[in-house]
Amino acid sequence: MTKHRNSIVFWAGVAVFLVAVLAMTQIVRNEYPFFAGYVILQFIALAVAWSILGGYAGYVNFGTNAFFGVGVYTAVALFKATGAPLVVQIGAAAVVGMTLGFGVGLLTLRMRGIFFSIATIALAIIIETFVMNWRFVGGAAGIQIQRPPVMAPFDSYVKMLFFVQALLAVTAVAIARYIQNSRIGRGLQALRDDELAAECTGVPTLKLKLVACMISGALISAAGAPAAMYLQYADPSSAFNLSYSVSALAMALIGGTAHWIGPVLGAILLGSTQQLLAVTISSEVNVLVLGIMLVLFVVGAPKGIIGLLRPRYRLRAGGKP
Amino acid sequence: MDLLLGAVVLGVLLGCFYAAVSVGLSVSFGLLDVPHVAHPAFLVLASYGVYQLNESYDIDPLLAGLALTPLFFLFGLLAYRVYYETFEKRGSDAGVRGIAFFFGIAFIIEVLIILQFGVDQRSVSATYIGKAWRFGEFRIPIRQLVAFAVALALTVLLAVYLSKTFMGRAIRAVAQDEEALRLMGANPVRIKQFAFGIATAVLGIAGALLIIVAPVEPTLDRAYIGRTFCVVVMAGLGSISGTLIAAIILGVAESIVLTLFGASWAPAISFAMLLGVLAVRPQGLLGR
Repeated sequence: MTKHRNSIVFWAGVAVFLVAVLAMTQIVRNEYPFFAGYVILQFIALAVAWSILGGYAGYVNFGTNAFFGVGVYTAVALFKATGAPLVVQIGAAAVVGMTLGFGVGLLTLRMRGIFFSIATIALAIIIETFVMNWRFVGGAAGIQIQRPPVMAPFDSYVKMLFFVQALLAVTAVAIARYIQNSRIGRGLQALRDDELAAECTGVPTLKLKLVACMISGALISAAGAPAAMYLQYADPSSAFNLSYSVSALAMALIGGTAHWIGPVLGAILLGSTQQLLAVTISSEVNVLVLGIMLVLFVVGAPKGIIGLLRPRYRLRAGGKP
Repeated sequence: MDLLLGAVVLGVLLGCFYAAVSVGLSVSFGLLDVPHVAHPAFLVLASYGVYQLNESYDIDPLLAGLALTPLFFLFGLLAYRVYYETFEKRGSDAGVRGIAFFFGIAFIIEVLIILQFGVDQRSVSATYIGKAWRFGEFRIPIRQLVAFAVALALTVLLAVYLSKTFMGRAIRAVAQDEEALRLMGANPVRIKQFAFGIATAVLGIAGALLIIVAPVEPTLDRAYIGRTFCVVVMAGLGSISGTLIAAIILGVAESIVLTLFGASWAPAISFAMLLGVLAVRPQGLLGR
């Protein structure tokens, strides 16, 4: 019964949020809030998507930038080849991201934690190297993107992208929430606590990890797909920038990974701090703050912000009652 | 054919250098099982230390590297203490957060270097940098020869230290069976801390070699994550002689690909080899 009521509250919240976002694009004239807001929404999508594998299953993926970059370049290649609309680009990016997740999962998910993490860094650099040598999408020098005319009811492309990214973030959150409450989520949490024990009690660990890796990959790639349109430009070293990996991981861990709300909180908090710092100080200081926060939280507050807010999650940390 | 032979020779020299930058990780990750992804970041940090000493006091880079080793030793002791107190001692969930911890440390080091030195490449000056020996068709830069000789000496010394001295044997013992050592009255944590200190101290010299071989930039550690982990995993965790062999294989492979296909493919080689090894033979060449 409470579960049912929770669902109603959640979807009502989603509806209110999307209506507010849409209203904002119609009322606010200044474009800057949309530029900044887009980035924060993108971080929400990335952090939530990361936590499906990294948080629920405990497999630390350093390759967020690989999936993100693949999303960017799927969109770029498709747009250049056929002029496909944004929706198709995002859909294609999700499919490619999911396929990549499947491949990565098959190759690496049998590995012990650290090997999986290193393998995901490896993946990012190998794919980046391929894109750098791929002439069609501009190689290492990058490629300029001409935005197509904007669709009604939006009066500027950035506002439209803002709304699209809000949809993507909501999708990521809804999927993460569904997984957390379903058998998949419970299975993932069981294997995170003790993979061998989970395997022995009949949890299909490899299958669950593969599913998590595919969904996480699809969501990250989809969130990356509009990036080229947003920047009107794409180049390998920014699309595959390691800072996407650090951000996604840091935001999820700082927020807390026991509940889907954690990565959302982390992304909003750090994303807006970063936007503020980038304007007032510099982008290097940004990354420094991110790194220091990550280390401090990992050492001092293992269950993240939600662990600090709700002692129930903190108590679970040591396996004590 | 001469071109290929030259590539192999340069590859062997490069490989020994890779061994020197990887032996520390072979101890910290291979023997002590610490997920030390910040190892290459410490390496680049050492290079910048050497650069600073060379720039301000005109000290020879190798001497500067040597001067940094005690500092890095203390640094290593401290890093292990923090890691032990926060992760190993508490036990639960150590893997995930331990990796994230070192990943965060690596990123902090990278940004601090950028804030201090900027993103431009930096290099050192010494009498042996810039000259080359010629053998008919191909030339060998003397800086490569110096790095090769020092790297080989460093790797062999560490191997001898770990197999012949009392402390070295204690380190290998703690890696094999910590509990047994504890029962015999030794303190495994202190031994591990000392070993981590040694593994980090070696980076003083390795950092000097890094900046002698080529100019460094703040984000260079990303490429070396692939190289060092590739070498350590291919070697079989904790095997020092394996480290040398694996490093030479990597060096030759990189050098040949560089000669045949050009520099734009170079960054992917070590990572591709690493993935290959993990997929096919995760226990490494000389693994148990």
